[in-house]
Amino acid sequence: MALRAARPHEILLPVKPAFIAFTLGAALVANLLPWAGLWSLVRPDFLALTLLYWCIHQPHRVGFAPAWLLGLAMDVGDASLLGQHALAYTLLAYSGITLSRRVQMFDLKQQILHIAPLLLLTQVVTLAVRLAAGADFPGLAYFAASLTGAALWPAAVILFELPRRPRLDPEHPAL
Amino acid sequence: MEHSPPPFFKTGPSPLARLLMFSSLSVAVLVADARFNALAPLRQAAAAVLYPLQRIALAPAAIARRAADFFVTHSSLREENARLLQEKLASAPALQRLQALEAENRQLRELLALRERLGTAATAAEVLYAARDPFSRKVVIDKGAQDGIQAGQVVADGLGVVGQVTRVYPWVSEVTLITDKGQAVPVQNLRSGLRGVVFGTGREGELELRYMPVSADVQNGDRLVTSGIDGTYPPGLPVAEVSSVQRDAAMVFARIGARPLAGVSSHLHVLVLSWSRDAPPRPPEPAEQPRPRRGKKS
Repeated sequence: MALRAARPHEILLPVKPAFIAFTLGAALVANLLPWAGLWSLVRPDFLALTLLYWCIHQPHRVGFAPAWLLGLAMDVGDASLLGQHALAYTLLAYSGITLSRRVQMFDLKQQILHIAPLLLLTQVVTLAVRLAAGADFPGLAYFAASLTGAALWPAAVILFELPRRPRLDPEHPAL
Repeated sequence: MEHSPPPFFKTGPSPLARLLMFSSLSVAVLVADARFNALAPLRQAAAAVLYPLQRIALAPAAIARRAADFFVTHSSLREENARLLQEKLASAPALQRLQALEAENRQLRELLALRERLGTAATAAEVLYAARDPFSRKVVIDKGAQDGIQAGQVVADGLGVVGQVTRVYPWVSEVTLITDKGQAVPVQNLRSGLRGVVFGTGREGELELRYMPVSADVQNGDRLVTSGIDGTYPPGLPVAEVSSVQRDAAMVFARIGARPLAGVSSHLHVLVLSWSRDAPPRPPEPAEQPRPRRGKKS
């Protein structure tokens, strides 16, 4: 099976809800991994990326409620203000759901240009909340996370589509 | 009801309506948490749900560390053993003197009819991870309410004060490091006996001794230890070393920078100290004064 994104005409198998739940759980665990040093600066928000993928590709299955609850979980795991990730992920889910049709019209490289501003938006919302609560600006390196996150977008798309590819019959290769 | 569309066209409220709903919920939670500290039960519940996932996330690093421990070489163990024996010998005289001094101190205090200072008890804990939040300086340790940890306890390592326990969950707790912007430690200058308060700056390895007059007797290299007058930090724990002093006659206070002595962001093992001073209760606050509004933290 070639590691590439699905072609526009390719029909994918329906998603199992258990798979969505598994990817979201795995992204949450990836976010909770103990990172240190330089990695802690460029570490992408895996959960935001996964949420955005499902909001774009399955807008009727994954929406605001999971985004909000996972945001609360991240707030507790990160020892940050309760509600800041919840607010950011809610906005992310909204933009993913409303841009769902448009983003899917483009190929993967062009999709990155849609994803990067959305991830930046979540970071800006978080920053605004913390500045309002009395924190200091942590420096421009803070925004590196959304760039690495956007760079990971093609990998995420290919990875999440793998189990949905129809199994090709070896005797009747694809047309 | 008879005019409602068929059920397969029902999609619930529009995305914009849901966005407004969940955003206002988030803002309500934010305000309740930041201003009123009112959502402890919600936090506790979420932490309990999150705990197994956290253990999963921490497992690879723990396994790697254990594997590294297992393959320690014989020679390095012997070297370490020899070094520890030497250190023990070197510190033995000081320790014996300390015991004698403690006994003498106790007798003198009895003579003066002073209350005996309560000894400190310590719980060893391991730092699980540094919190991801880039706006604060916190670490999470592997002991929680189940191990008798309480919010407000002081955390130290072998070299000095690391921080203070600020939130306790059933199995883990959050420690705010002394370098956090909102953290203050009352200290005393070991050389001149001058008291002051050390504040975190939010940057790694930087502290600030604020509100010292320009003429204050502070020099580079002065050691700052906890003064203990707040009843939270036990007295005499090393905190920081003064690293820069700027005196400007135009300013009311001197700008004094300090460097934490403890491995604030590098140490893996820390001690959670429990210390209770039976101080007399606080005098009641005068009732007629209006309570000052909580302003922005400086």
